[in-house]
Amino acid sequence: MIRIELLTPNGHLFSSDTYNKLFTMHGVVMIFFFLIPSIPAVLGNFFLPLMIGARDLAFPRINLLSWYLLVIGGLFAIFAMLAGGVDTGWTFYTPYSTTYSNTWVIATALGIFVAGFSSILTGLNFIVTIHRMRAPGMTWFRMPLFVWAHYATSLIQVLGTPVLAVTLVLIFCERVFHIGIFDPALGGDPVLFQHLFWFYSHPAVYIMILPAMGVISELISVYSRKPIFGYSFVAFSSVAIAVLGFLVWGHHLFVSTQSFFAGMVFSFLSYFVAIPSAIKVFNWTATLYKGSISFETPMLYAFGFIGLFTIGGLTGLFLACLGIDVHVTDTYFVVAHFHYIMVGGAIMGYLGGLHYWWPKMTGRMYPEGWAKLSALVIFLGFNLTFFPQFILGYLGMPRRYHTYPSEFQVLHVLSTAGASVLAVGYIIPVIYFIWSLRYGAVASSNPWGATGLEWRTPSPPPVQNFEKIPVVTHDAYDYSTTIGEVIEVG
Amino acid sequence: MASEAHAETLALREQFDTAAQQKDVATLGMWIFLITEVMFFGGMFLAYTVYRSSYPNVFARASSSINVYYGALNTVVLICSSFTMVLAVRGAQLGKRITTIVFLGLTLFLGLVFLGVKAFEWGEKFHEHHVPGPGFHLAGVPPGLQGQAQLFFSLYFAMTGLHALHMVVGAGLVITMMWLTYKGRFTAEYMTPIDITGLYWHFVDIIWIFLFPLLYLVDRHMGK
Repeated sequence: MIRIELLTPNGHLFSSDTYNKLFTMHGVVMIFFFLIPSIPAVLGNFFLPLMIGARDLAFPRINLLSWYLLVIGGLFAIFAMLAGGVDTGWTFYTPYSTTYSNTWVIATALGIFVAGFSSILTGLNFIVTIHRMRAPGMTWFRMPLFVWAHYATSLIQVLGTPVLAVTLVLIFCERVFHIGIFDPALGGDPVLFQHLFWFYSHPAVYIMILPAMGVISELISVYSRKPIFGYSFVAFSSVAIAVLGFLVWGHHLFVSTQSFFAGMVFSFLSYFVAIPSAIKVFNWTATLYKGSISFETPMLYAFGFIGLFTIGGLTGLFLACLGIDVHVTDTYFVVAHFHYIMVGGAIMGYLGGLHYWWPKMTGRMYPEGWAKLSALVIFLGFNLTFFPQFILGYLGMPRRYHTYPSEFQVLHVLSTAGASVLAVGYIIPVIYFIWSLRYGAVASSNPWGATGLEWRTPSPPPVQNFEKIPVVTHDAYDYSTTIGEVIEVG
Repeated sequence: MASEAHAETLALREQFDTAAQQKDVATLGMWIFLITEVMFFGGMFLAYTVYRSSYPNVFARASSSINVYYGALNTVVLICSSFTMVLAVRGAQLGKRITTIVFLGLTLFLGLVFLGVKAFEWGEKFHEHHVPGPGFHLAGVPPGLQGQAQLFFSLYFAMTGLHALHMVVGAGLVITMMWLTYKGRFTAEYMTPIDITGLYWHFVDIIWIFLFPLLYLVDRHMGK
């Protein structure tokens, strides 16, 4: 992961073919095999049942199956990479992917298809679990916002992923049998592919970001010792993002023969998504107001998330605007925008959550000093990497080229330097997490003094999560009761 | 886990409090799975809608070339199989093993009849050069529009092919259920797998109910 991260911003080492394959693999691996599954599979599977007071997910065996499927899908992708790579870009746009590319499109598509089933099954499992497995007293509006965010994510996974699956089936048929659904020579329409693809892949962005938002809601509340301001608004904004996310795919097609009217509608709807996103950011900020804030590592990541997500979100508005979008389409501006949302958002959330729940998962504390240092390094490295890309993009640097005019060089060098810093920032946590497994201080059942049900059981939790299923009597994030009383129950 | 507490794990798994909750969870899970299936086929239906509205005349011509009687026969067969499926589920609810097995068997038989007719129909297409590919030719369509006719058949094969694949999976499920019923694994209290297999079977049936008019009856719809 880090290796690819380092390689892509580099300019002159590779031929253009190799470069094409590199950025394709970077996109495919990162999106389908890291960003989409990371938070739901690692943190969601572990904590969703804990947080609603269930012994396990509704379908543990399906859960295991989805894990195997992800691994199998990953193996296909790795096979494709070793066998010679794919050069279509992660979007597989037709007709290039169906007719002209001579690389391993099918193996990669198959990998994503299989991983897609894993995603569907996880979403299905979460929805059923949330509906039917809550502990007594755990009403919908007492659920932690992490759970709400996962509910919204699961909706997208269940509704969106099958469309991607059928699209990949059609690509497969097209390559093998030449059936011509996307082939203009037979009257087919390549743009139809783009519609089907983005119908999934735009909501997929929210699959990546929503769980991270859920994590941030938890962190903000715990480290400012206050209930989330406007709980129900934040909860519903997750669902609103999920719903609106399905209505904006057309903003990827502003320059793909879409009618002007359709462009306007999609542009307008895309602005709408900003509303629930902004609700979240404002409510988090309002939560901080007059809270007793402490700056543990997870909180640093939460602040990083808010800052980067705000930048990413605001530049998203530029892109939703028709006139500006036509200017910056396929430039580094877009690249910078989605890295701010996905890396700045999703990975910050993931790391924050991982630090927050690490004591609960492993029963060990991580070294706080190193963790704070790496959080800082990641934040700086990230901005150094991607902020220059906004400027590059605005000046007209197109994405997916490995050569560029010399006047862009300074900014590119900055960006590459930033990527190296970022890589260091990612390596430090890997080292100290492994270290802490053996040498870390033993964690108590509730090291942060948090209110969630997951903190009422020993760290790490027993096989059936709770010795006795808890009965919930308070709202989530109720810090008005004394913390001590809450801990003793487990 | 499977060996020491066989009957117990079947009845109630560790994560649930009550049998009712367990049944509830399984059924809800299946319904959500069916929603994903709707979305899956939905992508195909969308592609179909786009091309049908782009090329209505060629689609009508291509549609009239496929044999509506096979389609109609298969529709009747599938609806009957849904009926026998319901009777099998009812039998399981009442705890009547023999009745359940007999009706599951009938369902399986009708499902296989459907697949047989389908296979025969596809075979005919090969002889008539209606399979998309270099040898494709549809009489009555000008050479310049052969590609559009081929699109119709691409969609025809993709949609009926995926549907047939679902039928094969369904047949596998029915066979499994017959075997488990024969082994006495279900009781009147615990027959959730049969219930869920039934849901799946009806769903596949309904997909066909949509496919049949869309693929076979276009010509009749186009104002004759």
